Amino acid sequence: MEQLKTTYLHDRHVALGALMSPFGGFDMPIQYKGIVEEHNAVRQRCGVFDVSHMGEVRVSGSDACRFVNHIFSNDIAGAPDGKIFYGMMLNADGGVVDDLLVYKVSDDEYFLVINASNIDKDVKWIKSHAGAFDVTVEDESDVYSQIAVQGPDAERCMRDVLGMDSSGLDFYTFETWKVYDGDPDIIVSRTGYTGEDGFEIYASDERISEFWDMLVKAGVQPCGLGCRDTLRFEAGLPLYGDELDEDITPLEAGLGMFVKMDKPEFIGKDALAAQKAAGLARKCVGLKVEGQAIPRHGYEVLDAAGNVVGAVTTGYHSITLDENLAMALVSAGHSKVGTGLQVRVRRKVFPATVIGKRFYTPNYKK
Amino acid sequence: MTYYLPSHEYARIEGNVAYIGITEYAARQLGNVVYVDMPEVGDDVVAGEDFGAIESVKAASDLFAPVSGAVVEINGLLIDNPKLINEDPVANWIIKVEMSDASELESLLDSDAYNALCSKE
Repeated sequence: MEQLKTTYLHDRHVALGALMSPFGGFDMPIQYKGIVEEHNAVRQRCGVFDVSHMGEVRVSGSDACRFVNHIFSNDIAGAPDGKIFYGMMLNADGGVVDDLLVYKVSDDEYFLVINASNIDKDVKWIKSHAGAFDVTVEDESDVYSQIAVQGPDAERCMRDVLGMDSSGLDFYTFETWKVYDGDPDIIVSRTGYTGEDGFEIYASDERISEFWDMLVKAGVQPCGLGCRDTLRFEAGLPLYGDELDEDITPLEAGLGMFVKMDKPEFIGKDALAAQKAAGLARKCVGLKVEGQAIPRHGYEVLDAAGNVVGAVTTGYHSITLDENLAMALVSAGHSKVGTGLQVRVRRKVFPATVIGKRFYTPNYKK
Repeated sequence: MTYYLPSHEYARIEGNVAYIGITEYAARQLGNVVYVDMPEVGDDVVAGEDFGAIESVKAASDLFAPVSGAVVEINGLLIDNPKLINEDPVANWIIKVEMSDASELESLLDSDAYNALCSKE
């Protein structure tokens, strides 16, 4: 068993009385006050998350654009500096190596933000495909700490507490603040994983801990990974390991809008083209489940006759909507909105109906 | 007298009846309880086997029976108000069981042994 890593803010989480638990190889805060309180703070006001476990990779060089477009499903060609793209790295079978954000710093420099649990795998993957390109690939995961400031009051908190006027920053763009003491630049992006307006800040350990302390002192709710998951789930955002993995394609996951099939080439394109031509065998759907039992990851999904047609990928009692909801990967023949299905929860089965998986309409500032 | 399982269920004994619930330690670890999946009156539970589950926002946890016997009552208040478990898990027992074999109590933890276990976790 590999030893658990800690973020620079670990002592602060313990001092705040957080319930700590392993996630992606790190000992992370799951909750401080309670998932419900923290979830509601983000939906109604503002919360701050330590997301320093996320990995960062910098790709630079004269072929950087062409290389990133080779390993990435979305299309970054011709984008303005300061633009951010969501998408996936795919394997040759079209399965997802990881989902990530690509920050365009300049034509020859890109900043990739990857999942904590995949850092080693991703870095190896990226480097293994870089041979034919004039690029340098650097794992900067240990250079940066990261916090997310999320909620309808996030813009005000950034300004009033941190003195950062980010009102001019559009959704999925970023700006960089140069610092001159040898520390990495401060990156501020209008991104998040909650379905609310908000920002993510990347900076040195010391600077991030100063920002964290200022926000917490000002009364911004510290939020753990527990509510990060309930929030992203309600907004229909996928989590690697649940809705995505190496055996699930982005088309099956319902993320086709982040796959640009009109690009000349990218790893996995041929497999996806073949899958598209053959028709999808299964699809990720939303389910509204009747009764009090809560569908959880891995629980069986049955058709009306009781045949297994899929499995739950994530399920919760939705805090915002007060309903039992799930995302599930089911056979395509049972994926139409309105289809009546069932979910097995331990010894009992409960009726479920296919609905759109964006349960909560995100409140982004666009 | 109250006895405990290492999986954090308690059995409070009154005569031949055991009031079974989860401990304060377990309730704190679970966080907000949103549903308690209980057996029905008349069902038999078996010592060491699961008799239901408790759902917090985070996860579902199986509930294990400290003793064997027939369920004579379930705590109906928990159907509409599962968070009573967070408020007072000792007062808010989950099921009441007519014990079929009181000697099973001998293999359970007493409060000293249980508290020692929690302080190690």
